[in-house]
Amino acid sequence: MTSLPATTNKKLGLVIDLDTCVGCHACVIACKEWNTGGYGNALSDQQPYGANPSGSFLNRIHTFEVVPEDGQVIDQSTEARVVHFPKSCLHCEDAPCVTVCPTGASYKRQEDGIVLVDENKCMGCGLCAWSCAYGAREMDLAAGVMKKCTLCVDRIYNDSLLEIDRIPSCVRTCPAGARHFGDLGDPNSDISKLVEERGGFDLMPEQGNSPTNKYLPPRNRESLAATLPQDEAETTKDITKTADGFFGWVDKTLTKLGSENNQGES
Amino acid sequence: MHPAYSVIVFTTFSGTGYGLAALLGLGFIDPSMMSVKAGYFLALALISIGLLSSTLHLANPKNAIRAFSQWRSSWLSREGVLAILTYVPITILAFLSIFMDSSIGWLGIVAAVLAMLTVFSTSMIYGSLRTISLWNTWLTPASYLAFSIASGAVVLNVLVAVFEGNSGNIPQYALLVLVAAWLIKWFWNRRQSEGYGKSSMETATGLGHLGKVRLLERPHMMANYLTREMGFRVARKHASMLWNITIVLALIIPAVSLALAFAMQGSMTAVLLSVIAALCHLIGMLVERWLFFAKAKHAVSLYYGDEALDAA
Ligand code: SF4
Ligand code: SF4
Repeated sequence: MTSLPATTNKKLGLVIDLDTCVGCHACVIACKEWNTGGYGNALSDQQPYGANPSGSFLNRIHTFEVVPEDGQVIDQSTEARVVHFPKSCLHCEDAPCVTVCPTGASYKRQEDGIVLVDENKCMGCGLCAWSCAYGAREMDLAAGVMKKCTLCVDRIYNDSLLEIDRIPSCVRTCPAGARHFGDLGDPNSDISKLVEERGGFDLMPEQGNSPTNKYLPPRNRESLAATLPQDEAETTKDITKTADGFFGWVDKTLTKLGSENNQGES
Repeated sequence: MHPAYSVIVFTTFSGTGYGLAALLGLGFIDPSMMSVKAGYFLALALISIGLLSSTLHLANPKNAIRAFSQWRSSWLSREGVLAILTYVPITILAFLSIFMDSSIGWLGIVAAVLAMLTVFSTSMIYGSLRTISLWNTWLTPASYLAFSIASGAVVLNVLVAVFEGNSGNIPQYALLVLVAAWLIKWFWNRRQSEGYGKSSMETATGLGHLGKVRLLERPHMMANYLTREMGFRVARKHASMLWNITIVLALIIPAVSLALAFAMQGSMTAVLLSVIAALCHLIGMLVERWLFFAKAKHAVSLYYGDEALDAA
């Protein structure tokens, strides 16, 4: 049934700490490994050892660079920072991927809010992937059915696993502790408190999907100048001011040569 | 978005078929005429080719039958249900026209309404996607409906011209709906400048408060399903050239031919002009549909650094 439940008893989901993630892709591999042998068809690869390898993954890590508008530039350093960005299904409350599904394969569970695909019903039309702004669904080209994060539904309720392992594979694996799992519908859960404390946010709120998963912003950093000893900080805005002696001479000469060259060309 | 040929053929062919069936159903032309009999046959053929073609892009067609089940929430499902329902009145009307030279007025109206609802559902599959800002507008269903009628009218004109030797003032009406459809399409096309709508790399990553975001490294080296499916984009140069080709083929040539055919009605030249108008229009519409997909940008591209997908 691809109409959404009005409410769900729990809102199980992930919280991703963008400050802590080191971009090691361990969760990507752990996810692929667990889900290729778990729920539904295997996660296939196409030409894994060929010239054009590709395959389906349920979790991918993008890496972004953020450059502050009036960021300082000191010597060769800028205040640009790198943010590793894990991305998987956000188990949206207003999941468009569920309502667009014509076959009833995509559904959101009333008991815990997990969004799943019943692979026995999916006809591989791909419309759900079109409706997801986050790129969280990938068609498996071998099985011809849609694949997405299951929140490791076959681990978290699995009594045959040790209790410590009854969390999603990505969370269990993350060596940096950047991934957290819990009930975001319960304001007293550890994970909800974490979101509260760190100002967790939604991805693309303007798309109107009300994602369950939250992201924790990178912590503020000191400005570059503030990290330098006081007297240095005054003079370091421009590299040439700090260069003296031999390097000062090189800098001046090259600057002069450069400007002569430019004149010659024009 | 990647323009899948099966979907392009599906939307143009079935759109034309439904438009033609609606015009026949409304009973402008005597059901005993040869052109109406041929028209019903052609409409059913176009609709069927279109629907069959649409199943070609399914990765797992054995479950296609389930697509009729979720009409409460899914436009794709509604389209499937309506497409099947629409067969009923059109087939009855075709039978009545071909074998009994007659028609039933109210059934024709039912056929026309169902045909338009089917086209509307098709267009809403695209128009309801918030991820694709270019499509997410009422102008999408409006242009699909208008083009369905326009293509139907252009084809109806050629049928009457060929089978009856004179299509009278049909070219005049065909010209009118054609121009109206292009007017809507012109407004639709202007939306291209809106890009991703309210979404940006900053909202996609939530890092906008820190500064300007750019992709440093993508998550995978080679293309994947997402980059193949959502990342397709024609170089701008080609897009504008193809747009011009579409306008020439699907608007200017048919419009001029129809106007001349109207002026010279009854002559052999008018018949020939009607044929030219229909052929050019249908080829032009295929290009138009191709561009409908090729021009559309999907929000997920923002996670791939937007422009970076050009290379993929
Ligand atoms: S992230 Fe995408 S696939 Fe997951 S629930 Fe939201 S819309 Fe659906
Ligand atoms: S690909 Fe499968 S799950 Fe997705 S919309 Fe189509 S039938 Fe539903």
